[in-house]
Amino acid sequence: MATEVVTPKAMVMADLKGKVDPDWCPGCGDYGVLAAVQKALVELQIPKHQVATISGIGCSSNFPGFIDTYGMHTLHGRSIPVATGFKMANHAMTVLVTGGDGDGFGIGCGHFVHAMRRNVDLLYIVMDNQIYGLTTGQTSPTSRLGMKTKSMPFGSIESPLNPVSLALSAGATYVARGFSGDQKHLTELIKRGIEHKGFSFIDVFSPCVTYNHDNTFQWFRPRVKRLEDNPEHDATDWVAAMEKSLVWGEEIFIGRFFERNDLPSLNEAEPVLKAGPLVQQDVRIPADVAKSFVDELM
Amino acid sequence: MRQSFSVGIGGAAGQGVATPGDIFAKIFSRRGLHLNAYNAYQSIIRGGHTFLTIRTGPDKIATIDGKIDLLIPLNQDTMDRHLGLLGVGAACLYNAETIKPGTPAEGVQMCPIPVSKLADISKNKVAQNTLAIGAGLSMMGVGFAALEEVLTEQFRRKGQAVIDENVSIARAGYDYASQNFKPFAWPLPMTENRYAVLSGNAAMAMGGAAAGVKFYCAYPMSPSTGVLHWMAEHARKAQIMVRQVEDEIGVINMAIGAAHAGVRSMCATSGGGFALMSEGLGLSAQAEIPVVVIDCQRAGPSTGVPTKTEQGDLWQMLGAAFGDYPRVIAAPLDIGDCFTLMAEMFNITDRFQCPGIVLCDLLLSEGRLSVDPEVLNFNPTIDRGELITSNGTADHEPYKRYKITESGVSPRVIPGVPGHTHTVSSDEHDEDGVLISDEYTNTTKRRAMMEKRMRKVQGIEASVPPPEIVGPANADVTLIGWGSTYAVIDEACELLREAGITANHLPIRWLVPLHGDAIVKLLKNAKKTIIVENNFSGQFARYLRSETSFVADGHIRKYDGEPLFPHHIVNAVKEQLAGNTTLSVPVHEINV
Repeated sequence: MATEVVTPKAMVMADLKGKVDPDWCPGCGDYGVLAAVQKALVELQIPKHQVATISGIGCSSNFPGFIDTYGMHTLHGRSIPVATGFKMANHAMTVLVTGGDGDGFGIGCGHFVHAMRRNVDLLYIVMDNQIYGLTTGQTSPTSRLGMKTKSMPFGSIESPLNPVSLALSAGATYVARGFSGDQKHLTELIKRGIEHKGFSFIDVFSPCVTYNHDNTFQWFRPRVKRLEDNPEHDATDWVAAMEKSLVWGEEIFIGRFFERNDLPSLNEAEPVLKAGPLVQQDVRIPADVAKSFVDELM
Repeated sequence: MRQSFSVGIGGAAGQGVATPGDIFAKIFSRRGLHLNAYNAYQSIIRGGHTFLTIRTGPDKIATIDGKIDLLIPLNQDTMDRHLGLLGVGAACLYNAETIKPGTPAEGVQMCPIPVSKLADISKNKVAQNTLAIGAGLSMMGVGFAALEEVLTEQFRRKGQAVIDENVSIARAGYDYASQNFKPFAWPLPMTENRYAVLSGNAAMAMGGAAAGVKFYCAYPMSPSTGVLHWMAEHARKAQIMVRQVEDEIGVINMAIGAAHAGVRSMCATSGGGFALMSEGLGLSAQAEIPVVVIDCQRAGPSTGVPTKTEQGDLWQMLGAAFGDYPRVIAAPLDIGDCFTLMAEMFNITDRFQCPGIVLCDLLLSEGRLSVDPEVLNFNPTIDRGELITSNGTADHEPYKRYKITESGVSPRVIPGVPGHTHTVSSDEHDEDGVLISDEYTNTTKRRAMMEKRMRKVQGIEASVPPPEIVGPANADVTLIGWGSTYAVIDEACELLREAGITANHLPIRWLVPLHGDAIVKLLKNAKKTIIVENNFSGQFARYLRSETSFVADGHIRKYDGEPLFPHHIVNAVKEQLAGNTTLSVPVHEINV
């Protein structure tokens, strides 16, 4: 009997449609991010069963339900450690982490910093709307000084955190900023982030059309400037990346701020993973090794 | 009465208490003797007071009892605190030049060693320790060759000169004792048996490795840190990924992530760290991802007494994480059981896709015990439950991660398999993993999913054996304990029999499921029941009562940070049989 060679059909956008449609508010910035992620996976043709999308809690963290990959909707702020454990157990899979600014920079900030220090090979996309949406509009770690919210009705008196400069200082090996209103540009950033071996971070301006009346699409649009349009920007220059990350006002940079490829990712550095993904390794300890463990105690 | 001999070595932390302890332990176990060791210490790196007790003998020795036959005080403090533990036939070996002898009880031999005459103390700071080891073994009737062998191993890495120097000092102590001190009336015997000597922490780590753990992570916290240390040291040989994580919240979530990806995953902590893990435990239950957490109890609440033992976390385990969900909790009975229990726990959590808690305590975690190497079986049954690892037929039904089944168990797929993509969730979800929280009407789905998960409870109960009474039927008294009190109660029963009181013992190993009906049946005809535990409020007694309405006749509770000794139980039982009290709180002999 002749063997029939089946050529797998190319994956198209429709293949990545989740079991349910997003329930985000009409006009929410997160739609643009979802489409950009799906587009990036289609363009890279990574089989969807080899992708895990892991999130925390919040509007944007419902993301894994809206895309057809292996998905995990975890706890508020805990997506990064869950994703780290997942990646360590099966580093053959592409692991995407998606969430919001409250989830990632508020409750999850400690995990965020340590994942970058570890250079875990994850792509972390934060849909940053500078407000808490699902809890109906309170101040977030990236809300601007003076912004009036339900939890700070007289205006925020706490400085916003700068996710890009934080990521740079914590040692992320790929740092970028995107804008939901520039989907094509964002798709390119995501593709590069997926392909980068190490921790990739993309802070995405993803306006909340319901609760944030300051940082709207209209507010961002004239301000965002692509670093890619500036031929002088050298993404291997950490100091230049840091300087550009701090520019905030009439001009705000989006694009690939920084990338280095000379550091091994955690899974590349870990000797135990040289024998292949843990999930595929034999669960039994070889008899001679087991004997040596007991002999040590005799 | 079981024949035993106890050595107590005390001094300030940093004075070198551990090394003589290791040397004695090695020599005892190589003579084929059982041993149990316990270190009472403070949360301090240098200074303070630490007191190591090693009890040995040809019969099973799984407890220490507070009685010391040979005391080696390395400083005045130890002499002052512990000389009172010595009785007729005991001896105290001390540095005659730095330590003033106290007033011993009658029949105690005081053995001053002229340290600077026997060794060059300017070159060897721990000469007094080495001299005392040599002297002690001489008095025990152990030939010098055994000590020479162990010292050679101990200092191998430091080179021949260091070995020679230590051997010669030990020899000087050995010879001095044989000329100047009276040997013990009971020379240390030898048997053909050979035991492995290990801590409960090492046993749990090894048990996890044997059960197929591929991912281990932790944040250091006494007394659980030894698990991390064993894992880290042996990770490469055992092919286990070991990670130290930023905090216990990260720990449990990382372990869950690895477990979801398909490997057996484990973590360990103590009460305070476990408190941080509670939320993650709920994720494990809701997303139905098996994970095993070891809680090594220490005295709390809050940071409590970090280096002292207690059984005070039971209610935290019973109530850990909000909501209503199936969980499994078991307490190992001794250090050998710390190993054995791990594979059993993993099989159950894998089969029922729920969190499992191993409730250990400092007594076992940091104590050491001689264990038959056969117990350390690296080839246990591994049952990973209903797991989908390949696509099977391409035209299978749409995969439902949380399929409603009679057993409550839905087949789990290892991510990476084509045709089975799905989302697992900490939010309540439908059979296919879709969140139900956004739907207009979802009470039916919530109820169905809740019932599906809770149906696992029956299966869990059926797969765990009910407890059994150890010892004679119709005993005068039945002692009920859980976890680490096992060996203490066992020895107390023997001492009671010698005193003419028949006693038996109901050890509880599985706390959830409890098998309450079986317990009540066992206890229904008991003449007198007494619950023994190492906490203030009788956490197990309250739990048993809440589950079964069973109220014990009496209680023995200790909460001073030190373990129960067999004689504490014996005295309390006599007191209670005489009708003097229904609650005994044994007083520890000494402040360590």
